[in-house]
Amino acid sequence: MAEPKEMITVQDLHLYYGQQEALRGVTIDFHRNEITAVIGPSGCGKSSLLKTINRLNDLVPDVTVTGTVKLNGQDIYAPNMDAVALRKEVGMLFQQPNPFPFSIYDNVIYGLRISGEKRKNVLDEAVERSLKAAAIWDEVKDRLHDNAMSLSGGQQQRICIARVLATQPKVILMDEPTSALDPISSSEIERTMLKLKDDYSIVIVTRNMQQASRISDRTAFFLAGELIEDGPTRDIFMQPQKKETEDYISGRFG
Amino acid sequence: MSPRKWDKVATTVLYMISVFIIAVLAFLLLYILISGLPHVTWHFITGRSSSFAAGGGIGIQLFNSLYLLILSMLISIPLSLGAGIYLSEYAPKNWLTDLIRNMIEILSSLPSVVVGLFGFLVFSINMKLGFSILSGALALTVFNLPLLTRKVEDSLQAVHYTQREAGYALGLSRWETVIHVVVPSALPGILTGMILGAGRVFGEAAALIYTAGQSSPPLDFTNWNPTYIASPLNPLRSAETLAVHIWKINSEGIIPDASAVSAGASAILILFVLLFNFAARYFGNKLYRHLTGARERG
Repeated sequence: MAEPKEMITVQDLHLYYGQQEALRGVTIDFHRNEITAVIGPSGCGKSSLLKTINRLNDLVPDVTVTGTVKLNGQDIYAPNMDAVALRKEVGMLFQQPNPFPFSIYDNVIYGLRISGEKRKNVLDEAVERSLKAAAIWDEVKDRLHDNAMSLSGGQQQRICIARVLATQPKVILMDEPTSALDPISSSEIERTMLKLKDDYSIVIVTRNMQQASRISDRTAFFLAGELIEDGPTRDIFMQPQKKETEDYISGRFG
Repeated sequence: MSPRKWDKVATTVLYMISVFIIAVLAFLLLYILISGLPHVTWHFITGRSSSFAAGGGIGIQLFNSLYLLILSMLISIPLSLGAGIYLSEYAPKNWLTDLIRNMIEILSSLPSVVVGLFGFLVFSINMKLGFSILSGALALTVFNLPLLTRKVEDSLQAVHYTQREAGYALGLSRWETVIHVVVPSALPGILTGMILGAGRVFGEAAALIYTAGQSSPPLDFTNWNPTYIASPLNPLRSAETLAVHIWKINSEGIIPDASAVSAGASAILILFVLLFNFAARYFGNKLYRHLTGARERG
């Protein structure tokens, strides 16, 4: 039986920071082995949506979430769901590259080592596989024991990708992963992403329209905590159905 | 006057204040070292002190100071780490936490002689530890704990939030994130705080006079079993430290060379405190470079 194409299904999701409603009843699917771009102006709730998928919002005080989010058919807000285990399935990449102040090698195997893996050949193999998948192996293979902080921003971000890949997640969330990088590093990250989608489902939040249109299969447009429109990227950019989408994409606000 | 002129005046005044402070410090240091170092010999550093005759050393006192330092750091490092980690990573932001933080602040400004008398009442008398290294170490813990806790908390707070997010997002629990990500990143600051705290403890006298005592029993340096009564490592024996020794020979010493012994002991004390401070800087910087790769980047 073929797996359903939906990797993540979100239904009627509301999210409140204290009294303030950041997401107002969002229903959306994210597909397997596709890149979905989430676009919208600042404060539209796109990062909040991302952080509900790996329950990183749990750590913010006074957050209330209602509605359901299912990963592979499993309700991730069910009471018996372990948020720590969930985050091993759902990797995340942040706006600022945030490698740990350790060696490249130690960064990549961090997740594995914490979960108890000690065999050196397994760790070595995971480092090589992850760095290759993150398209940075050739640049760093001779200095795996240098500090990751000594790399450039774009390299650091790809080390962070490798660190996520090493734990073999199903989904990778990316919160404006290239907005702090120069254009060359950005395009390296984009190339890496296109390769990754064969094995992973990717959700990327971005403010860069060109980026969304270049790399994503589907695009979702958010405004003021609501999903205005989503669909294949080509349709959203070429023939948006809603006026707000058209205005935003053509740069009339945002 | 024009703003430009004011700026010049302010710069000059600030400059003069800094020069004054540095001059006072340099004078004190040089005075102590110049008057003390001529008396320092190997025999002086390692020899036993004498009660009446001239020519006594400070060996026992130096040993006591170091032993007391190690013991008190053994007690205060785990406690301050725990308290600092709790305050920085776990404590909810409410009035109770603020109250605890204020209490720690107040505790850190307590005069050390008050800490000493408190230690005398609680550790020496109530807990029946008498004049002992253990009471002294506990009093020094009370004296040092607030500053260490504060330093640990500050160092942890200085670790950027994105590092914690990275840990959580990798599927680390809160505790794992604290232990494997946040604490290692904060280590240089924590280490510096610990070593500076050690320097403070090393020079402390007032808190020890009534807790560790002002004399040492005859010690048998061939028996290191801590339970043996005359063992140097016995934590229940009384112990006069270097700083207490300086205070004592200056206030009630009857040895003829009191001023020479006091000057020499002060020089040794200052040298050790300087050593702690330089060590703090050196290891802090080294660890920081090692952890952040600053050197590789140039």
